[in-house]
Amino acid sequence: MKKFKEIKSIAAYIDRKNIDTDAIIPKQYLKAVTREGFGEALFDDWRYLEPGNLGDNHALRKKNPEFFLHDPKNEGAQILIAGDNFGCGSSREHAVWALMDYGFNVVISSSFADIFYNNCFKNGILPITISEDQIKEISEYSKRKEEISVNLPEQTISFGNKEIKFEIDQFKKKCLIEGLDDIALSLEKSEKIVSYENKIKEAKPWIFSD
Amino acid sequence: MRKTLYDKLWDEHHIYSYDNGYSLIYINKHLIHEVTSPQAFEGLKQAGRSIWRKKSVMAVPDHNVPTTLREAGIKDPISKIQVDALNKNCKTNDLLKFDLEDIRQGIVHVVGPEQGIILPGMTVVCGDSHTSTHGALAALAFGIGTSEVEHVLATQCLLQKKSLNMNIKVNGKMPEYFYSKDLALLIISQIGTAGGTGYAIEYTGNAIRDLSMEARMTLCNMTIEAGATTGLVAVDEKTISYVENKPYSPKGENFSSAKKYWENLTSDNDALYDKIIDIDISESSPMITWGTSPEMAVGIDGKLPSLDDERFSSKRQDLLNAFSYMGLKEKQSVNSIELDKIFIGSCTNSRIEDLRIVADIVKNKKIANNIKSAIIVPGSGLVKEKAENEGLDKIFTKSGFEWRSPGCSMCLGMNDDKLNEYERCASTSNRNFEGRQGRLGRTHLVSPATAAAAAIHGHFVDVRDM
Repeated sequence: MKKFKEIKSIAAYIDRKNIDTDAIIPKQYLKAVTREGFGEALFDDWRYLEPGNLGDNHALRKKNPEFFLHDPKNEGAQILIAGDNFGCGSSREHAVWALMDYGFNVVISSSFADIFYNNCFKNGILPITISEDQIKEISEYSKRKEEISVNLPEQTISFGNKEIKFEIDQFKKKCLIEGLDDIALSLEKSEKIVSYENKIKEAKPWIFSD
Repeated sequence: MRKTLYDKLWDEHHIYSYDNGYSLIYINKHLIHEVTSPQAFEGLKQAGRSIWRKKSVMAVPDHNVPTTLREAGIKDPISKIQVDALNKNCKTNDLLKFDLEDIRQGIVHVVGPEQGIILPGMTVVCGDSHTSTHGALAALAFGIGTSEVEHVLATQCLLQKKSLNMNIKVNGKMPEYFYSKDLALLIISQIGTAGGTGYAIEYTGNAIRDLSMEARMTLCNMTIEAGATTGLVAVDEKTISYVENKPYSPKGENFSSAKKYWENLTSDNDALYDKIIDIDISESSPMITWGTSPEMAVGIDGKLPSLDDERFSSKRQDLLNAFSYMGLKEKQSVNSIELDKIFIGSCTNSRIEDLRIVADIVKNKKIANNIKSAIIVPGSGLVKEKAENEGLDKIFTKSGFEWRSPGCSMCLGMNDDKLNEYERCASTSNRNFEGRQGRLGRTHLVSPATAAAAAIHGHFVDVRDM
């Protein structure tokens, strides 16, 4: 996994709560067998005025000019700010792949759904949870065309002359900064896994009866 | 220390504690379908890793499969590539899979318990959020993303932080025509779609004990719509008799020793929960969602919310968005909502009991003229067979329903079964998000009984008045 670097970028703000993973990436794109190429279909139903499909040339589709990603001031944004309970619904990791492929490295919200939140860290995206008041403040700022900085080691978001401190699980932080492969971490405990399996085979033969 | 059921399941599968608060948790069963697994197999291959325990996997194609003309195979070439990839990955790795032609094929969360592959006391994962279904059997079951699918394939483990414990106590007698689907929608409307975030929810109380195993599966299935990845019901006699004599469940001595173990899969008296919610359902009405989030639900005899209602003051914009998307108005009465399509199916409501409830309501009646299509999609080939043996399929087709082959179907519309723009559907599935059943389609989540009644009348009606 790529290592998370400090991000300095304008922030794109979508004023909506409960953005579900169906909205982030609709079902027709889940037929892909790769992790790449979902960016053009990010927020597909909201972003385009006509239906789209896997394999379409999205550049030819009629865009919704009012959609926030089509606002020229949001061009090149690597930071997304959204309302409460972002990423609820389906476990599809394609939602994270779509955000990443589009170019977002940071998602800021007042809360995230559990599976989505977890999926972010597996792909080098930093989800930041701050209070609703802080969301309001930072989204006001994001309307100006000025950059916001996210510093993960320091756990800060800086904008103008302001700084917001955010909380994050220290292990997840380490995984992002070092780009850790957590499968390798688990495999370091192979002996423990094997001895657990042996113990259970003895105690609960029915669980391994297959 | 007194333990909750969740605490017990967690402790039993705990292998190692890291000093950062994480634990290595062992996974007994890994369910796999075609949509969220190909990238995991690819990742495994690229990293040169092998599958830790092949016997832990059960695979079945369900999301992408056609529900008509099965013998012709999958027409959509892109869907076919994905199902072929599942076939190839399972064949190469020698994994148990139920093919499209196999009568055991069906929706992964219907097939697992039906086959006795999911048992009480197991840890169960799947790259699918509705894995919470299996908590009905007192299994610790939760949905994961594709990276974690790869993690479990490679290590049989996950790095996890323990969730908090929530107890939803449901008391009172279930009113007539009020089902576990209605209960799930009632709970979500009260605690919200993020109400359970960070928690494992255990459902307790006499109303839960009264529920059948299938009804418990419906309730646990919808737990993810309340934000909790895990929903649990403690073991009782119903649990044990459900798993007995299933194809893959233990037999003979193994069953007796398992039974002894399972009987302890209940929360200790006075176990501590981080949150307790009390619900009395004696006076509750069947529920229907009117909006674009499962929490936007009201009783069938009720009205849509008023924008002036203070309880929704912080959600005014969400309400406006939902009214606009759904083509509905504030304070509109529920029974004024006319429908275009009816969908009975999904991992929430496609089991034999659901189908029997529908048959009872539609028997000797015809679906209304304004209903363009009404489809019934059984949860598995075995559910289909059972229904046909009971003659339910004849009742359905005589009423004007289409009787389909098993799969996820119109719950998410990855196959041909979907809503066209602005079509309105009474659906027994689990999500009413914008575009979920088709771009600009309008979904109302209901129980099978309410969907059946709506099919006959062409609009929502209170099934208790029929």
